[in-house]
Amino acid sequence: MNIIYMLLAISVFVALVFFAAFIYSVKKGQYDDMYTPSVRMLFEDELVDEKKETSKSTNETTPRKKRLTK
Amino acid sequence: MENCFHCGDACDRTVIKYEDKQFCCHGCKTVFDILNENDLSYYYDLQQTPGITPSRIEGKYDFLENKVISDKLLEFNEQGIQVVTLLIPSIHCSSCIWVLENLNKLNPAVKTAQVNFPRKTVRVTYSSDGFNLHDLVVLLAKLGYDPYLSLEDASVKKTTTDRTLIYQLGIAGFAFGNIMFLSFPEYFKVDEFWLERYKYFFRWLMFAFSLPVVFYAGWGYFVSAYKGLRSRILNIDVPIAIGIFVLFVRSSVEIIMDWGSGFFDSLAGLVFFLLLGKFFQQKTYAFLSFERDYKSYFPIAVTRLFKEYASVDGENTSETSKKEDQAQVYELEKGDRIIIRNSELIPVDAILIKGKALIDYSFVTGEAEPVVKQSGDYLYAGGRQQAGVIELEVLKPVEQSYLTQLWSNEIFSKNKQSGFESLTDKISKRFTITLLLIALVSTIFWLFYDTSIALNVFTSVLIVACPCAIALAAPFTLGNLLRIFGRNKCYIKNSKVIEQLSHIDTVVFDKTGTLTTNQKNGIVYEGITLSEDEKLVLTSTLRASNHPLSRALYTLLNTNGICTLDSFTEEVGKGIEGVSRAFSIKVGSYDFVTEKAQEKSQVLEQSNTNKTTVHIGTSEEYKGCFVFFNEYRAGMTDVFEALSKNCNLVVLSGDNNGEQAYLEQILPKGITLLFNQKPENKLNYVKTLQDQGRNVLMVGDGLNDSGALAQSNVGIVISENVNVFSPACDGILDASRFKQITTFLTLSRQGIKVINYAFIFSLFYNVIGLGFAVTGHLAPVVAAILMPLSSISIVIFTTVYTYILGRKLNLVD
Repeated sequence: MNIIYMLLAISVFVALVFFAAFIYSVKKGQYDDMYTPSVRMLFEDELVDEKKETSKSTNETTPRKKRLTK
Repeated sequence: MENCFHCGDACDRTVIKYEDKQFCCHGCKTVFDILNENDLSYYYDLQQTPGITPSRIEGKYDFLENKVISDKLLEFNEQGIQVVTLLIPSIHCSSCIWVLENLNKLNPAVKTAQVNFPRKTVRVTYSSDGFNLHDLVVLLAKLGYDPYLSLEDASVKKTTTDRTLIYQLGIAGFAFGNIMFLSFPEYFKVDEFWLERYKYFFRWLMFAFSLPVVFYAGWGYFVSAYKGLRSRILNIDVPIAIGIFVLFVRSSVEIIMDWGSGFFDSLAGLVFFLLLGKFFQQKTYAFLSFERDYKSYFPIAVTRLFKEYASVDGENTSETSKKEDQAQVYELEKGDRIIIRNSELIPVDAILIKGKALIDYSFVTGEAEPVVKQSGDYLYAGGRQQAGVIELEVLKPVEQSYLTQLWSNEIFSKNKQSGFESLTDKISKRFTITLLLIALVSTIFWLFYDTSIALNVFTSVLIVACPCAIALAAPFTLGNLLRIFGRNKCYIKNSKVIEQLSHIDTVVFDKTGTLTTNQKNGIVYEGITLSEDEKLVLTSTLRASNHPLSRALYTLLNTNGICTLDSFTEEVGKGIEGVSRAFSIKVGSYDFVTEKAQEKSQVLEQSNTNKTTVHIGTSEEYKGCFVFFNEYRAGMTDVFEALSKNCNLVVLSGDNNGEQAYLEQILPKGITLLFNQKPENKLNYVKTLQDQGRNVLMVGDGLNDSGALAQSNVGIVISENVNVFSPACDGILDASRFKQITTFLTLSRQGIKVINYAFIFSLFYNVIGLGFAVTGHLAPVVAAILMPLSSISIVIFTTVYTYILGRKLNLVD
């Protein structure tokens, strides 16, 4: 039954990891703008569709990749 | 009628057809062109007619070429990379986000652009190689996204947002959850072997989790209680701090002495709920600022003229040329010459040297109409030039200007709410005293009856009576009201303002811009009826002019149709003249119109001195005049009538008394009307009212009301467009909701009732809890149930009640 020390240690550790992740995301300002990302998320797909049909494709690939990876 | 493909406005004046699409002006067409050429026409698919008509930009942003100024705006500037955050009030839809984040397609120098929609800002990273801030701003302005740059941007460095409360809340929540799990096994008091063996380990783990709760998350309550006691106030944080302290000490002692499992779960839960209330109480509007002063209204830079002297033969110096440069407003000194262009703001007190000045002071003084100034006249800072280019000589630097000196008044450095005793504070005074009495009495009783549990009872009373529910009643009620207000376009700074709003007994209104709209003007024609032909020429003449009065008249008359003018002349500050075929028509001041007309109407000359008039004459005779009067906001009379039932009403106007008779006629009796009030007069008037014990609500709109807004108990600004400048205040009300002022006042009063009911409700819980405590039966599990139960039921009660109130007043759907 000594395993309970181990289990508790692990569970507390996991909880702390999530807690640290929360603090980190707040600190980085991820919750500062709760609206724009929800709109921005919708652009990319439509942008690809739109682009395939009409664009002349000059500097097209690089900037989009950049935005997607960000 | 066609609507513009770009901006959606009706194409009433001209229609430009281009690529099967209609545009209302060349500006809109140009934007479409730019976007179309760069494969950005998706802009128009995302939203219908998302565009903004670009305004004229020539020379407007020249000051950004000055490195000193532009460096002040940059956030980052190293190794050829510059980062800047610009406020763009015209951001309004998803198309805006999309096009701004694709700026790199328009100029490859732009690396990334990120829009923060709620704040209406865009953060742009660009390479400074062959591209600079000026180019960027011009590029944005060309698309109709003019950044709002003001003196404030250049003078204050951005402060970081305070996220302490979120961290505290996170820690308390984290600890609360974990402690709950750990304390669960012991709730049921089963003497199971394994539980007996590991309970010490569990207890010490709970102790460890409670440390950050007490010493970080809940620390604010100790600080606040200490501050309160030092200034001899028993605020609500005093019993809370006692509660937290007793909970922690008693629990620690219990586990050290192996008496029990302690109340760590209740402790963490208490702090968590309290912080949740604090968090809910805040409602921030990212796109609004309640702290603005003249700095965010004034420009960063102006065009300065300086004469260049070249020495000839080393002896005589002679003036060779006048040069222009862009000077920061802070750098201006007495004697400098500056140039103000059309629709630019005069940033300093100055003397007019050259040019015709037509200055609109409505925002700074409350005078409704632009005033004409002659060379040699004194111009106050804050006025906006409405016609042509003028040259000025600076008399005083910006900080010493007539207008900006208002801000040196001590009222602007005082914290308005420090002296206000909230309802919770009032209750907590009695509550704390009663609580301590009960604790003492019951302890003394048990000391005689059964000494062993006396200490237990004493601490139990302090724990169970910890006013969690009371402390939550006000934050949740006011937080809910704040949101209801916000949904109805009344943006309130913080929850205390709502409480203060409920005490209001005197309402002071500004006139210009507050009671009157600045979009429409009521116009009446007095004089000889105009023939159809005359009307035609008049309309065509007005169409060519950009004077605000001409524009207003034009919108009134444009049903008449238009014809081509043979000639058109405009004399700034006097009037306009249009000639078509047989006759000419003159529009403008009385002197201008009657200059050559043979017949002079002497009768009309004397009347209407205080009213704004535009006179009309043909080459033969004087015809008559259009009288403009301010149009009051719809429902103004109703608002006054409803308010006059339980408030004293005052109208303080910076304008002349031309409207007095009319106002007296339409407003209910017993309203004080004061005219020609300077900004200081307004401030002092509000102060006098307060000295008489009144609680004053000031409703204003411009910089001239700033003093009164700051002095009043609650200062609310009426704004036609909440995104543009509004002076420092406690709340911003969208002008379209002016009629609802009474409703907001009623709601805030009823909100206070809700808090009172919630207090009674939570006292009921306290009585039950005290019953357990004084009899010495407070088990951890009882506390662990009672405390969250009371908190949650208070939250539900206040939320439902405020919702019902909002519904009754038609503020919630």
